[in-house]
Amino acid sequence: MYMREPGRSEAEQSRLAVRVAVFAGLAVVLFAVGVLRLWQLEILNGDDYLQQANDNRIAEIRVQPPRGKVVDRDGKILVSNRTRNELRVTPVELPPPGPELKAEIRSLSQVTGIRYLDLKKKLKPENADVPGGAVILSQDLGLEKVFYLRENRDRFPGVDVERVFVRDYPRGYLAAHLFGNVGEVTAEQLELPRYRGLRQGDLVGQSGIEYEYDRFLRGAPGATRIQVDSLGNTRGTLADKPATAGQNVRLTIDSDLQATGEAALSSFGLPGAFVAMDPRTGEILAMGSTPTFDPAIFTRPITESQYRQLTAKQNDAPLANRAIQGLYPPASTFKLITATAALEEGLITPQTVVEDTGELTIDTISFKNAGDRVYGPIDMVDALRVSSDVYFYKLGLEAGASGDGGQIQDWAKLYGLGETTGIDLPAETEGLVPNPKWRNQLFSEALTDRPWTDGDNVNLSVGQGDMQTNPLQMAVAYSAVANGGTVVTPHLAQSIETVTGETIEEVLPAAKRQIEFSPGTRETLLDGFEQALQKPTGTAYQVFGNWKVPVAGKTGTAERGTDVPDQSWFAAMAPAGNPEIVVVATIERGGFGADAAAPVVARILEAYFEIPQVPSAVGRSGAVSD
Amino acid sequence: MEARRGRIDLTPDRPSFAERLRLSYMDPWMLTTAIVLIAFSVFTLGSATQDDIPGQPLYFTFRQALYGLIGIAVMIAVARFDYTRLREVRIGLYSLMIGSILMVFLFGAAARGSRRWIELPYFRFQPSELAKVILIVALAGFAIEMTRRMDDPRRTIRLVLLGFFPAVLVFLQPDLGTAIVLGFITLTILFLSGTPWKHLVAIGGVILALGALVLVAAPAVGVPVLRAYQQERLTSFLSPSANPADAGYQVNQALIAIGSGGKTGRGEDSTQADLRFLPERHTDFIFAVIGERFGFLGAGFVICLYALLIWRALRLLIQSKNFYGTLVVGGIAAMLLFQVFVNIGMNLGLMPVTGITLPLMSYGGSSVLVTFLAIGLMQAVHVQMRLEPGDGANNTPLR
Repeated sequence: MYMREPGRSEAEQSRLAVRVAVFAGLAVVLFAVGVLRLWQLEILNGDDYLQQANDNRIAEIRVQPPRGKVVDRDGKILVSNRTRNELRVTPVELPPPGPELKAEIRSLSQVTGIRYLDLKKKLKPENADVPGGAVILSQDLGLEKVFYLRENRDRFPGVDVERVFVRDYPRGYLAAHLFGNVGEVTAEQLELPRYRGLRQGDLVGQSGIEYEYDRFLRGAPGATRIQVDSLGNTRGTLADKPATAGQNVRLTIDSDLQATGEAALSSFGLPGAFVAMDPRTGEILAMGSTPTFDPAIFTRPITESQYRQLTAKQNDAPLANRAIQGLYPPASTFKLITATAALEEGLITPQTVVEDTGELTIDTISFKNAGDRVYGPIDMVDALRVSSDVYFYKLGLEAGASGDGGQIQDWAKLYGLGETTGIDLPAETEGLVPNPKWRNQLFSEALTDRPWTDGDNVNLSVGQGDMQTNPLQMAVAYSAVANGGTVVTPHLAQSIETVTGETIEEVLPAAKRQIEFSPGTRETLLDGFEQALQKPTGTAYQVFGNWKVPVAGKTGTAERGTDVPDQSWFAAMAPAGNPEIVVVATIERGGFGADAAAPVVARILEAYFEIPQVPSAVGRSGAVSD
Repeated sequence: MEARRGRIDLTPDRPSFAERLRLSYMDPWMLTTAIVLIAFSVFTLGSATQDDIPGQPLYFTFRQALYGLIGIAVMIAVARFDYTRLREVRIGLYSLMIGSILMVFLFGAAARGSRRWIELPYFRFQPSELAKVILIVALAGFAIEMTRRMDDPRRTIRLVLLGFFPAVLVFLQPDLGTAIVLGFITLTILFLSGTPWKHLVAIGGVILALGALVLVAAPAVGVPVLRAYQQERLTSFLSPSANPADAGYQVNQALIAIGSGGKTGRGEDSTQADLRFLPERHTDFIFAVIGERFGFLGAGFVICLYALLIWRALRLLIQSKNFYGTLVVGGIAAMLLFQVFVNIGMNLGLMPVTGITLPLMSYGGSSVLVTFLAIGLMQAVHVQMRLEPGDGANNTPLR
């Protein structure tokens, strides 16, 4: 009985059966839960977990691609890449204070040419770019020194030489304003769809062509993939994903023409800008702005004082591209618009003769011709040739303006003034075509001293007063009359090319709009512009008279205030009959249009048509114009 | 052999070696399952731990194989033994168990802030492992002693105290996992021995109240009963973290390992275990290694083996000719089921990390030997059942 129990009673047996069943049920549930969970992990979500396992073990070291090159229309390199050897010292990895550290700093002093004591001060951990990071001792270490450091690596703990890809500008300052700079993508930019797929530390174009065509120039970063264990130790390399070099951008710029224009413009030593454009396509052949700067300045971390110098007003803000960012009254070059509006709106006919008495008085204010000249009876072509202001004042007085429009205002807008041109550069200014509504609004907010008056329209008729534009807008406007009415979208890029130079994509922006001129309007305008340069009484005859290639154009002399010298403007197209180039130049404080801007345009046209330079052609004295 | 038994054989031939081992009286399913499990463990260790100890690619494999062989020998030896005698010495066994656990407090080797082992020559013994089996055989004996007064609460209380006393001692080592196993064994023996439902409900209520006290109330008044790491393990599986030192990280890596195995496993391409992202991969997390290397097929196969083992145990529990055998088998089944579920559940992110080994799969001498000892005891029940004189039907091993 004690050792061997007899058979259990039936009650006991059935109670046991119930309890075993409960226990077995528990076991079944537990095993079922285990298998279902296993199913969920391995069968349903297996791929996710495999991805996670790979993320665990694969460390990617990003390999930056070389950016695409920027070449001119003939394939000459304007922007390429070079590598720079940065000497970086990580202070926390230096030996502890003692003879070893002294010896290393002494050697480093010899390599870098930095004095021992200065170096000692520099190599403090608090000078590192990030906590525990490095101090950059040299941004461009010579190759021999690089080799020396490599060979003696064991003597230089904490010292690294890092190869950095930077932009290279083989033509120096040439076209500096167009390219823009390259910099690390910012945290805000990473949020944008434009920068999808990029990571912190990747380089992107931050302005200019670099920004505009970044998605082509950027290329695709590659990766060196290594397998690591849980402690981060390398356990072999996996297949590398090579970086894909960026595509090249071919510009419409002719670098010779660009160089000529820049040289001519900078010869005045004044701030200014020029644009040379094919009026048929909107291709920019040359575009320059003074003062200029070294584009390579952005390949190194720029200091605050450097940046201030590049943007300060007293230095004339070299960084500004005046060709697209200037805000200038266009002066008499605006007469293109006033003349078109008057003819098209029926304020006048080409043959109508107007008596130029040298002055127009509205209320008590007297508007006079430049130099107090009196031209007598003149028609439209005469008025354009001699640049009579009184003739256009009268048109301005006659033209109506109300609300946010007016006959001149509307035509200015049709020509593309007061709005961005859509050029493939960021940060273009819109300019301003003043109208009654705008000025009255300012007045109601007490931001100006008076509401809109007829005088404003008179000022507008000769491109003065509140009117603001930039050389590119004027080039687009003159192109429209040159090409028969097409308001083109100017562009700097011609095509996107592969590394080997095959075209991937042509840049052909659609024209903005078409102006339908009435019969005779365009002919009258062109006649006036041609006579201004070809007739001895024309405003720019002294610059363009007797040229082999007939040039048509218009001078402008903008008043910028009582104490400031006038701003010189010139807009030209050539050959006069069927223009294939339009050039606009402006020079702040340059004086009469014919004295500064016209000679700059002349140098560009000479280079374009390969006309040998005749020094005597540049007459600057005696002529009175505008 | 079986055929010979039914035949009239006049030449008394010497019993074969196999017969002397009573192999034919054992449950062959249980025997095979146990051997396949340990073989699979050796195989997995062989392929997954080659880089663990430099210069000794088969360190764990060889040792686990040795433990396995010793374990099988122990199992066969125990199977021959008339387990019912253990009932007579239950008090001595119980005292021995308590003594060995107390020894750990005096002579134990400390590891990671807890004392669980006693260093022996060539071997590091973990008394709390053996305590599980001793508690089963002793407590089953105590339970039978008072079957006539089943409804007396004193019986229940006495058994609970007998079972929970070693559990508390082990908890103090501290070894929370084994303590819970001891508790589960106690409850199962109480349950199967026929303790009235209302007693069981009362015990459940007391456990819940104690749990709430330990986990919520005591820490709130500044008396931490659980060590910080235990608390963290119990709570972290709810919110895995990225810190490699955290239990949450371990579970996360285990999940990634298992999940990445997919249908058929990654074989030699396994990286979670090989590159050491998976912690404790030869012991607590060996199931994750199996999941990664052999996929759903391999891991599912292992689960099936355990299910088979439990099924054979439950079947034996019913068939046992005496109630003591029933309770011993029941206790062992509870121990195995609990360890398997808690360990696999921990690998699958279903249970907190408690450091409970996976029987016969996890590397470790104490665990392997004790598990074989337990299976040997179940085989002994089976063998005794087969040897039971009575109607002839009993003479052929039941299948």
